[in-house]
Amino acid sequence: MTDLAVQFTGVTKQYKHFTLQNVNLELATGSIMGFVGANGAGKSTTIRILMGLIHQDSGAVKVLGHDMPADQAAAKRDIGFVSEDMRLYGPATVAWHMEFIRSIYPQWDQLYAEDLLRRFDIKKEQKVKGLSHGQRVKAALLLALARRPRLLVLDEPTTGLDPVARREVLAELTAVLADENRTILFSSHNTLDVEQISDQITFIDRGSIIDSANKEIFLDGWRRLRLMLPPNTPLPQLPGVVEVGGSNRLPVLTISHFDPAMVAACQQAGASVQAVDPMTLEEIFVVNVQNRREKAIA
Amino acid sequence: MNSSIVISQSDGRPMYLQIMEQIKQKVAVGEWAPGEEIPSIRMMSVALRVSVITVKRAYLELEREGVIFTQHGKGSIVAKDPGLGPRLYDQEFEEHMEQVVRIGSLLGLSEKQLTLRLHETAARLNDAVSSDEDLAKETL
Repeated sequence: MTDLAVQFTGVTKQYKHFTLQNVNLELATGSIMGFVGANGAGKSTTIRILMGLIHQDSGAVKVLGHDMPADQAAAKRDIGFVSEDMRLYGPATVAWHMEFIRSIYPQWDQLYAEDLLRRFDIKKEQKVKGLSHGQRVKAALLLALARRPRLLVLDEPTTGLDPVARREVLAELTAVLADENRTILFSSHNTLDVEQISDQITFIDRGSIIDSANKEIFLDGWRRLRLMLPPNTPLPQLPGVVEVGGSNRLPVLTISHFDPAMVAACQQAGASVQAVDPMTLEEIFVVNVQNRREKAIA
Repeated sequence: MNSSIVISQSDGRPMYLQIMEQIKQKVAVGEWAPGEEIPSIRMMSVALRVSVITVKRAYLELEREGVIFTQHGKGSIVAKDPGLGPRLYDQEFEEHMEQVVRIGSLLGLSEKQLTLRLHETAARLNDAVSSDEDLAKETL
């Protein structure tokens, strides 16, 4: 049996203008999942259901072995949650917030918190209302990290951070995983961050999970093939072609389930294979979403 | 710790390949000696700020190539005989040869013409080396 930190089974939530449809999701303990989707795709809705902040219409959600939302009080002792719209108390200092969190969570690690203050470049004497957006994001992350929760749920943790701060935050997130009993789920539309630190990638678009896979297997499946065809030669028929671009003689195929045997198949069909290029997560994301939207229109 | 491995985001190759290449270089130059213990997958992942699964893949492939050896529950060591020196260059050589043939066919060169061009290049480089040596002798 694999140990799952998060498990969604057939979760649905209906709104007037948006429906989260039949979401199935599994996140193994000890790994990082990057949750990727366009604006309004359903990332935050999914995360809020996970946190018990809104309740699903149907389906089961299990977090750290607790049923959500029924058992959310117990689950939350071990979850650190940071979202963009989470407010800290403006007139109070960062130190006041640290003391407040420490009074609630016995596992609070003061030494680690002090270390994070230094690395995130935050002064704890400063009042929250005097902090910039980026500093507030970092302060909220600090408050969650220093509790050393078993599960960290972060909604857009790197949005609005400068490159130096982003690097520190990513370093902290990978450092959390040095302990294999801890797990992270984070959402982002910064595909570079997701590509760098996640073990598992989940794509969501228009309320549906369109892919959820091991990152290495996922990235390996996508390739861009540049071919050269002799005059009047038809395009070789390959499975898993998501997009055909380029020109008649110089077609460019985007493939979602690449297999090295495809190169030989192209050559047999008379085409010469000019290049087999790997794709970045960003390229895959854009092709994937556009392709699905075109299909939906057609 | 081992931040001496650098992952470049402008390098088009997957991250696991970049990690593999730099570990091989460490082994080839002897920075990591045969039989020496190397960082665990999780430690390496923290040091490089990349996911565990990416480092795991690099280690698995290195093990398959016989460069490192993983003992279950004990971590990984550099293989007793990683034999990397010639092998590393062999692979690079093969990659360049493939490029030569591919670009040659784009230019419409026959195999004969390719061979001829190779001879010409070798002759030109040899000339350059010997004239450098001549120059060095003269200045002495």
